[in-house]
Amino acid sequence: MTPVNQPLTASHDHHDWIPMLELATQEVFELMLGSQLVKAITPTDRAPANITGMVGLAGQLCGVLSIGCDEKAAALMASKMLGVELNKVGQSEIADALGEVCNMAAGNFKNKISGLGDGCMLSPPSVIQGGDYNIHSMTETPSLEISLLFENMPLHVCLQIHS
Amino acid sequence: MSIKALIVDDSSVMRKIVDRSLRQAGIEMSQVFEAGNGAEALGVLQENRVDLILCDINMPVMDGLEFIKQLATVENATGTPVVMITTEGSEAHVVQALACGARGYIRKPFTADQVKEHVVPILAGKP
Repeated sequence: MTPVNQPLTASHDHHDWIPMLELATQEVFELMLGSQLVKAITPTDRAPANITGMVGLAGQLCGVLSIGCDEKAAALMASKMLGVELNKVGQSEIADALGEVCNMAAGNFKNKISGLGDGCMLSPPSVIQGGDYNIHSMTETPSLEISLLFENMPLHVCLQIHS
Repeated sequence: MSIKALIVDDSSVMRKIVDRSLRQAGIEMSQVFEAGNGAEALGVLQENRVDLILCDINMPVMDGLEFIKQLATVENATGTPVVMITTEGSEAHVVQALACGARGYIRKPFTADQVKEHVVPILAGKP
């Protein structure tokens, strides 16, 4: 059995994880929101996000999973999760919903990777409102990125792998 | 039969989803209590007796596993079934939760059917 604190192959870029990251995210939207995500095809589908949910991963896989989108998309997520009309959704519920979506996507993803379920812990989700920021990692590390459409609105999923 | 339930999760959105899933599963609830972490949930149980507890694992202040351990000290909670609903879906977490006294384990994301499948037999007194 692999010790829980032993990092996964650090030299590997993990691009073979992209389909599982995509599936993990799609399942969350399908089961919890009743929405089908589709792949974004054109570059115009990659609109900048002004709200981002983030969950840290630590243990065999260290990194950050983030989901960024427009606030309208996040509000629609909250509306669908709560089963209430869009205009009844509050600011705190928008952040809470996006954080939970990110948390479930991270959990669902790690449970799909052999050996990660037991050896990787998740942080509580954080949500950043606003889009004018950059994330700088202290190491040159790979990131897995997926562009999806949620109800025709862009959704950007990124897994930054630190080790 | 109408039951009283306690839903413990640090996300208020998730508490509402669990509430709705229980109702969609056909479980009638006369009262639903909510708590944002294990410590709050223990406070609710000091004052109220419930028939079912649904609880997340990763929460601030007191997590779900510590909450189940502490339940033994609450007279009102003796024998109350606890079902974990969490993103922590690994085998080790399931084993740990069941060893702590949980009666069921549901992985997020989940459907109302999965909630029904896990909760109804427990409410019916089946092992």
